[in-house]
Amino acid sequence: MTVGLILLIVLAIALSGYVLGRRRSLRMVGGDIRKLHSLPGFYGQSVLIFAAVPALLVMLGWMLLQPPLVDRHVARLITEADIAEGSSRDLVMSDVRRIADGLDQMMAAENLSEDALQALDAGDSDIRAKLGNVGIALGSDVRSAVFEAAKVYRDSAATGRTLMTLAVIGLALTGAVFGYLRIAPEYRARNVAETSVKALLILSSFVAVLTTVGIVLSLLFESLHFFRLYPAREFFFNLTWNPQFRGGSDLGIFPLLWGTLYVSFVALVFAVPVGLMAAIYLAEYASKPVRAVAKPLIEILAGIPTIVYGLFALITIGPLLRDYFAQPLGLGASSSSVMTAGLVMGIMLIPFVSSLSDDVINAVPQAVRDGSYGLGATQSETIRQVILPAALPGIVGAILLAASRAIGETMIVVMGAGAAAKLSLNPFEAMTTITVKIVSQLTGDTEFASPETLVAFALGLSLFVVTLGLNVIALYVVRKYREQYE
Amino acid sequence: MMKDNRIEERTVDMDMTETKISARNVQVYYGETHAIRDVDVDILDKTVTAFIGPSGCGKSTFLRCLNRMNDTIPICRVEGTILLDGEDIYDKRVDPVQLRARVGMVFQKPNPFPKSIYDNVAYGPRIHGLARSKAELDDIVEKSLRRAALWSEAKDRLDQPGTGLSGGQQQRLCIARAVATEPEVLLMDEPCSALDPIATAQVEELIDELRRDYSVVIVTHSMQQAARVSQKTAFFHLGSLVEFGETGEIFTNPQDPRTESYITGRIG
Ligand SMILES: Nc1ncnc2c1ncn2[C@@H]1O[C@H](COP(=O)(O)OP(=O)(O)OP(=O)(O)O)[C@@H](O)[C@H]1O
Ligand SMILES: [Mg+2]
Repeated sequence: MTVGLILLIVLAIALSGYVLGRRRSLRMVGGDIRKLHSLPGFYGQSVLIFAAVPALLVMLGWMLLQPPLVDRHVARLITEADIAEGSSRDLVMSDVRRIADGLDQMMAAENLSEDALQALDAGDSDIRAKLGNVGIALGSDVRSAVFEAAKVYRDSAATGRTLMTLAVIGLALTGAVFGYLRIAPEYRARNVAETSVKALLILSSFVAVLTTVGIVLSLLFESLHFFRLYPAREFFFNLTWNPQFRGGSDLGIFPLLWGTLYVSFVALVFAVPVGLMAAIYLAEYASKPVRAVAKPLIEILAGIPTIVYGLFALITIGPLLRDYFAQPLGLGASSSSVMTAGLVMGIMLIPFVSSLSDDVINAVPQAVRDGSYGLGATQSETIRQVILPAALPGIVGAILLAASRAIGETMIVVMGAGAAAKLSLNPFEAMTTITVKIVSQLTGDTEFASPETLVAFALGLSLFVVTLGLNVIALYVVRKYREQYE
Repeated sequence: MMKDNRIEERTVDMDMTETKISARNVQVYYGETHAIRDVDVDILDKTVTAFIGPSGCGKSTFLRCLNRMNDTIPICRVEGTILLDGEDIYDKRVDPVQLRARVGMVFQKPNPFPKSIYDNVAYGPRIHGLARSKAELDDIVEKSLRRAALWSEAKDRLDQPGTGLSGGQQQRLCIARAVATEPEVLLMDEPCSALDPIATAQVEELIDELRRDYSVVIVTHSMQQAARVSQKTAFFHLGSLVEFGETGEIFTNPQDPRTESYITGRIG
């Protein structure tokens, strides 16, 4: 039976459990729900939970555990002698699995019976050709032992699946009956529902946490792998970035880190004052209608895909800066530059700064403003001396979030600043960032074995550490801000 | 019952004082709601005027008219004339900022700035340039905190945030802040609502002291307090000024039956 079908059956059992449980609870008190501890729906729900949850958990566990167990069992059937020269047990096992998967199709195509399949021997019939006919292409002829192993594999998998079907459906039924019989007017079904809701919420947050941990761990392991091939000291202190796919590359993170920080710095220098002043205007000065129009308009900026910003950098800002600033000043002739990428990124960041700061400024209580006006302060005095200091931690939080955004940005940099890793102070020179280099090290079909590709993980990890640090600071500052008015 | 010697005494010197604020035919609307109707009041210089009345009758609203704090509420509309020293404060040429420096205010809810205690008090003197040196500013801060009966509690923690004080201390901080600006008129909206009897007595003493130079308007829910500190009392009810006169007269011989039932505790 397929997994989908089993799921449907379990669901059907659980739903009927709900209906029956609800009805039973009502019948027990002769329709007077005031005599029940909980509303009838909760009794139905408790039966549903007893039917579905254990059965689904067992199914999940079974599906995770069965393949490795079957693998282990079958792998024992293959002796060293069955492993061809230059091959390995893993490769043979992957052949076994593919053959096992193909056997059903082969049986259908050749009109074989189950007995005929068992009798079939790889020694005296061309299994490779037969499998090839149904779309399973194998690299070499199938040895007898491998074919036998494939048959065992198929059998074990089928048996396992049957057992699982029986177990899961049996468990669902047992759970339903158990839950059904538990129903009594004084049974606290509502609390059972409450507990299960809590469990569901815990589970969800677990998924998020586990994903984060998983991502970090995989980055960490691949980076360790990289540092075994390439010295960490070189990675952090070498001042050149010059990957050679023939080997002997210089993989110093420094030029990339410099480019990242430089571009982000230019972006923030542009975005922070503009965004902050826009926020102050919107929060303190703008009339309701102006605000209703201007705020969404600014926020549209945040909705523009970064690739579109990249185009803007490439065809408008880049040539403009080159023709009117870089060339007349003798600072360079490249249209891709730190300045181009920084400016365009700054435009992208304006709504991040302004929207968050606007919220923070609005959160400063009106009573505090009144206090300042009541002492004869003007509006700008009030903003400078009372509102901004009060909102400062929140504003810093907004700026740090914008900074993490800037550091992680890729598209605008590729199109605006180019892809040349350089260490320079001239903002009109092309430079590049960590994210861009991660992309370019991983494009092209190389396997993850050389330091030139594995460096991407080390770069990713470094980037992650930088943005994580910024986010931690941002969270800390924002939390501190909250305490002030609570 | 409340006719004690102090009231007798005070009524005597009152004829010498002149009108500081004169309100005529004041109407206040919050959108469609007519919150204040037809109020005529004269607030005398060097006098304490008490506004009393049941909750929601418009005492705070009228008080806020006197220094144009209602300007900060977009839906609020004020009509009628209010003269300060004979000048219409709602005139287009009048700068509300300047006006509020002359007519200070202590709000119903304490609203210290999220700054240090020192900076809270120094805020007004700084923006109005009242101190020429740091020492002078220190003096103003100390004097104001003393007047608001907060000095002994605050003198060792002047650099700590004002928001960290207790509710009653915050209220006294707001009083100190308002006094530091040296306003000609001080509007106090229930300044003692969060204070214990000792601090209340100290604030009342301050009000009495301020009366020597300034005019004070105080909103209060305590009849005893109104009788103790004020020379004039105005009784508001449902947005109208019901009765206005000598505090002694209002409390001993109210003209309007509504005033009488309020001060004897039958409405409110
Ligand atoms: N900002 C506002 N917007 C709309 N209506 C308001 C506003 N402020 C006050 N009002 C209304 O105006 C009326 C008078 O309110 P006000 O605050 O002046 O009362 P009060 O006499 O000070 O009461 P309390 O003794 O409880 O402080 C009330 O009905 C109130 O609902
Ligand atoms: Mg009030």
